[in-house]
Amino acid sequence: MGRTLFDKLWEKHVVSGKNGEPQLIYVDLHLVHEVTSPQAFEGLRTNQRAVRRPNRTFATMDHNVPTKDIFNIKDQISRKQIETLQENCKEFGIRLADMGNENQGIVHIIGPQLGLTQPGQVVVCGDSHTATHGAFGSIAFGIGTSEVEHVLATQTIWQLKPKTMGIHLHGNLQTGVAAKDIIMALIAQNGVDFGTGYAIEFYGDIIEQLSMENRMTICNMAIEGGAKMGMVKPDQTTFEYLKYREYAPKNIEKAIEYWKQFFTDNISDYDTIIEFDVSSLAPYVSWGTNPSMAVPINGILPKISNINIQLAYDYMGLKPAIKATEIPIQWIFIGSCTNGRLSDIKEAAKIMNGKHIAKSVTAWIVPGSRTIKHEAEKLGLDKIFKDAGCEWRDPGCSACLAMNPDKIPAGIHCASTTNRNFEGRQGKDARTHLASPAMVAAAAIHGHFIDIRQKEVI
Amino acid sequence: MEAIKIHKGTTLPLMNNNIDTDQIIPKQFLKNILKVGYGNHLFHDWRFLDNGSPNPKFILNRPEYKDATILITGDNFGCGSSREHAAWALKDWGFKIIIAGSYSDIFFMNCTKNGILPIVLPQIAREKFAQLASNDEITVSLLHQKVICHDRIYSFDIDPTWKQKFIDGIDDIELTLKQEHKIQSFEKSIPIFE
Repeated sequence: MGRTLFDKLWEKHVVSGKNGEPQLIYVDLHLVHEVTSPQAFEGLRTNQRAVRRPNRTFATMDHNVPTKDIFNIKDQISRKQIETLQENCKEFGIRLADMGNENQGIVHIIGPQLGLTQPGQVVVCGDSHTATHGAFGSIAFGIGTSEVEHVLATQTIWQLKPKTMGIHLHGNLQTGVAAKDIIMALIAQNGVDFGTGYAIEFYGDIIEQLSMENRMTICNMAIEGGAKMGMVKPDQTTFEYLKYREYAPKNIEKAIEYWKQFFTDNISDYDTIIEFDVSSLAPYVSWGTNPSMAVPINGILPKISNINIQLAYDYMGLKPAIKATEIPIQWIFIGSCTNGRLSDIKEAAKIMNGKHIAKSVTAWIVPGSRTIKHEAEKLGLDKIFKDAGCEWRDPGCSACLAMNPDKIPAGIHCASTTNRNFEGRQGKDARTHLASPAMVAAAAIHGHFIDIRQKEVI
Repeated sequence: MEAIKIHKGTTLPLMNNNIDTDQIIPKQFLKNILKVGYGNHLFHDWRFLDNGSPNPKFILNRPEYKDATILITGDNFGCGSSREHAAWALKDWGFKIIIAGSYSDIFFMNCTKNGILPIVLPQIAREKFAQLASNDEITVSLLHQKVICHDRIYSFDIDPTWKQKFIDGIDDIELTLKQEHKIQSFEKSIPIFE
């Protein structure tokens, strides 16, 4: 009997506790942002506790920050939350990628970008999309604020070991089909809670061929299928990505030797396996109010078989049997920890190059970090978007959760590269349609979704 | 954390599946830097009409349910965002116990940190509770892992460690810091690649 990637990572981090009971797990990297940390720092102060390992903690602000005129935060409560993080980082000696800093960006974008996220680690953050970092072959999961306080004080966390699930991705992806479509299809076919209680590992030829950026997109949305951890074993692609990054180990060759031990011995070691052939996979778009309510672009919207579907149609202003390509799009958003990396922005720019968005459409492009923004500008991508009629903005979580000034108006259908299409997620009564960066860019040009596999329509 | 051993209270049914934390507490209320005061905003977008007045049709606004302490709900409750504000809002409103078909893993942990007992029971039991009158009390005994509703008794499972934490109402950090020597020796074993 062998062990899975997850088992090996877990065993390396148990500080105390027996199998089958909650165990105390050591945390290598704790990422912190402004929304889920103030009460945790306050708890430390009340109990006169320090941050145990400031050098394993890294903070930035992302949820509240405006993406236009970033130093002029009009919302006083947002401003207070950002200032509170600045003060807390100063008081407790924590590194902070502050407002306007070159490293500032969405917490799940900058962790990997700076080389903070590494194989073999346990990574936590007070944000459910922490699953993203599992793409490096680490255990990475979102935690609540009480747990944030616990990690700050002890550098450890109590967890019950989850079961393991292997998702075998095989076949060949058609042109125009993206990593986003793989994870959206998995959730559409298996439901929003198929991963609850599991740590998921994605494996197979397809995964091995994917870039780190694409692996991150897939792991990022594991939580939308209920799994708080999604992971991929580290390989040469992972190691190459990490070389020369600011916080990557100085002796990278020695680190790589260590990281190579993290892989699953036998597929029979998983508690459960899902086989998924991607060969016939079409781009996916969501029509409803949770990520499982999604269809292939050549599909039609489902009939009303239960109250949850009825409620979703009522909210979205749509009805059964219409084609996915008939969903009207009045707004598009490209960004977020799911699809706000340079490769995502390049994919969207490829579609937009030399085109103009439909008159009825408003388009926001929000890079995931300031570094990504500057890299894209060096490539002239900002100009492609501006010429196409899009707004090119500063980094942040922006309209993915609309805690900042970036909100989609009520009743508007927004094609979005984000991760959640919950009611009100992008603004009160806003209607979110999740899709890949290229699909969203194409929807902007046409004012509705199109099948980007059909080259002639672009 | 407030300890829970035995609790007697009335129920409030909200039987949708997949109720996400964005619905439990919308993002505009996450800007506060305190842990209290979220109860007024619990289920805000379902609870208030566009003009800001309470939606009389929504169950939380019905006066006969204002003292309910036990929430009866569907599968995958608390999915989505990790925001602990969802647990704080439920607690602040007055809920002490949730009975659902299942929970998201992160939300479940947040409940355990705030003295809200998340119980899992099958649909048939929850459907029965959902039929109770607003003043009909049920009894939850964590000690015996049973929910008693009139003449029926439903057993539930809970991890023994979490159970003890609820019963004792202990601060986790205090408990962990007692293992300081283990954390220290673990830290010495972490490989460094300088």
